[in-house]
This record gives sequence, structure tokens and C-alpha cells, in this order.
Amino acid sequence: MRKERELLRRVMEISGQNLYSCYQCGKCSAGCPSVDFMDFTPREIIRAILDDHEEVLHSQTPWICAACFTCTIRCPNEIDISRIMEALRQIRLRKMHDGIHPSKIPVDELLELPQIALISCFRKMTG
Amino acid sequence: MKEIAYFPGCTHLHTASHFERSALSVFEALGWRLVEKFNWICCGTVHGLSTDNLMQNVSAVRNLARAESAGARRIVTNCAMCYNTLKQANEMVKRDEDALKNLNEFMDDEPDYRGGVEVLHSLQLLREIGLDEIEKRVVKPLEGLRVAPYYGCLLLRPREVAIDNPERPKIMDEVLKAIGAEIVRDARLKYCCGSYHTVDRKEIVLSRIDEIISAVRRRGADLIAVACPLCEFNLDKRQKFLNKGGLPVLYFTQLIALAFGKEEDCLFEKHHVDPRPLLKERGLLR
Repeated sequence: MRKERELLRRVMEISGQNLYSCYQCGKCSAGCPSVDFMDFTPREIIRAILDDHEEVLHSQTPWICAACFTCTIRCPNEIDISRIMEALRQIRLRKMHDGIHPSKIPVDELLELPQIALISCFRKMTG
Repeated sequence: MKEIAYFPGCTHLHTASHFERSALSVFEALGWRLVEKFNWICCGTVHGLSTDNLMQNVSAVRNLARAESAGARRIVTNCAMCYNTLKQANEMVKRDEDALKNLNEFMDDEPDYRGGVEVLHSLQLLREIGLDEIEKRVVKPLEGLRVAPYYGCLLLRPREVAIDNPERPKIMDEVLKAIGAEIVRDARLKYCCGSYHTVDRKEIVLSRIDEIISAVRRRGADLIAVACPLCEFNLDKRQKFLNKGGLPVLYFTQLIALAFGKEEDCLFEKHHVDPRPLLKERGLLR
């Protein structure tokens, strides 16, 4: 049986953030430099978690977010949205759903990419 | 000669050797020697953001423990990613005694870390040395060169690790003004370059850099100055996919080295968009 608001509980636990303090102003989404690539805006992600819509676990948004912290410094209620995105990634990663498969990166790319690009990508997107 | 413990980071040995060479040259001219005083390892590259997974901080805290036991009270790095990761981990363990205790117990082969190290970015060290000192050593002012200082994310955010006002940074502007450059400002200079998505979703990076480069070009910038090896890779090396005519992207330390007359330490040939024709045209390079 699926427990009610289990997702909300997990996200709050892993992120350490109080999602209830979100009043949906949308500042996070207005300033997000990568929002055009997201299927849910950061504001919609929070709303969906509060509304117990588990399909956000399959959203591309947490994988698009690169933790630039622009939303984090602008949230009027001091919610660290980067940590909410990390919690959503972690929930998936802990069930063995990786966001990238290193073996599929073309060799010519591997030779050119700086180490920090590869390591940071693997640390954020693999479990 | 003054000394400070130095954390190069992985890129400085490979893809960003021009960042290191120019930075060491600039600091030496200013009377500072950056010394590798401890056996440093990968910083971890990104700070773990979950409350229940301390493993992601082991790498950063191990470096801090080694720095402390080597007697370093401050460590400086040029790389914005190393700075951010080390600094965020440092702030976290200073705030959270339990986390520090757990990490120290886990790293039982290292001396305990007691939170006694301060993490600096090289721009902060330059600010400490002083703009006057920088100005005094300029032999070739970059007059007429219009530079857009790109701060990116990790020097400014989150707020507790910001080296300057995160919405209105001017630390790099001031350093570049001190060497005679003209500053081009744009809000996008503190937005993300797409970061590690250069590995898995290049289209995001290309969209970001197209927006940033087009914006500063409209404002008349001759080049972009950066302080991060991943920003440099994305803004410079990834321009080959834009097909829009290149805009040079240089480390701020290369520009200072040039103004100090240390052309040989700039390694301008390491860039995808060659800055030398522009610099020659402006009489800044022979």
C-alpha cells in the first residue's frame, strides 16, 4: 500500500527543507536559467510534491537542475530549492535509476572533457 | 616573499594549466608564493546537498584535515568549483558538530579535522593584497580592452560562501579595472553556464553560452574573463558548436599576467578561440 504524502515526507527528510512554507510566488522559476529545458518548473515541482503527485519522480526537472543556487538565494521564504532537487535525484538514484550511463559517452568527447565536468556529472547523476 | 598553502585542483595539472601558470606568475609578481603544503586529493567537485549522506563530503573534509595537520590556517585555490566544494563542506562541519565527529571517525587514517582552516579563492587573496599593489605592477595597461567578467555560480552562491554580493558582484570588475581594462556588465554574467551538462546534455550548455556571449557582444565586449575551469571549457571550447564567430574567453589571471608584462606565462595558445589576433590588434601583444 502506498502511504499518503510519503513523497513529501521523504523529500523533507532528505532535503531538510520545509516545503509547507512555499507560497508559490514563482521567483525560483522566474530566475532559473535552465527552466526552458524543464518539464515542470521548480514552483510546479514543489506544488506537485505538496499535492502528493508522485509522477514528479519521473520529471526531467531535477536532472536538468545543475545546482546553480540562483533560486536558493532568491526564495523569500529561504527554502533551499537546490536541496529539494537533490532529494528528488537521490530518491531515484537510491533505487538504481541513474541519470547517465558513462559507457555511452563517445570516446572523442571523453578525451576532451575536463575532469571536473565528468566527476561532477557522475556524482550528481549516478548512485 | 609571503607564503600561503595552495590547492591546485585536478584541472590545473591538465586542461587548465594556463590558469595555474598565469596565477602563480601574478602572485609571485605581487610577492606571494602559493605552496602545495599537503597531499591534496580531488575536492569532490560538487557539494552534497542531502542531509543524510555525509559520504559526499569525505573528499573535501579529508583535504581540510590534511591542510590543518600540515599547519595551514588558510588555503587558496583558483578553481571556483574547488573553492565552492571545500568552502561549503568547511561551513557545514563548522556548523554541525555531529557531522564533523562522524566524518572524523570515518577517516580514522587521518588526523582529526578541528575546523581551523579558512578556504579562500584567489580573487579574495588579490583583494587582500590590494588594488593599489596590483596597479603598481602594471607595465602594459589593458587600455581600451572591453572585458565582461563572468562570475558564474560558484563564487557567488549559496550566500554563505559568496566571495562578494551575490546579486551585484564587483570583485573581478575591480581587479580588471586596476589593470586598465574597461568593464562590460550584464546580468547573465552571474548565471549558470550549464556546468556538467556539457557531458550529458550539451544542448543546455550551447543555449546558455549563446545567450551569455550574444548579450555581452551586444554590449560591445571584446572578451570574457572567467575564474572557473568548467566555465572556461563551456564558454570557450564549446563555442566550436555555435558557428557564430568566436569571442575570446580568458582566465582573469591571464589578463593580469599580460598587464604585468608576463606574456610567457599566459599560454594563449591553449584556447579554442584564439585571443592573440585581438590582443595584437590592440597593441597588447607582439
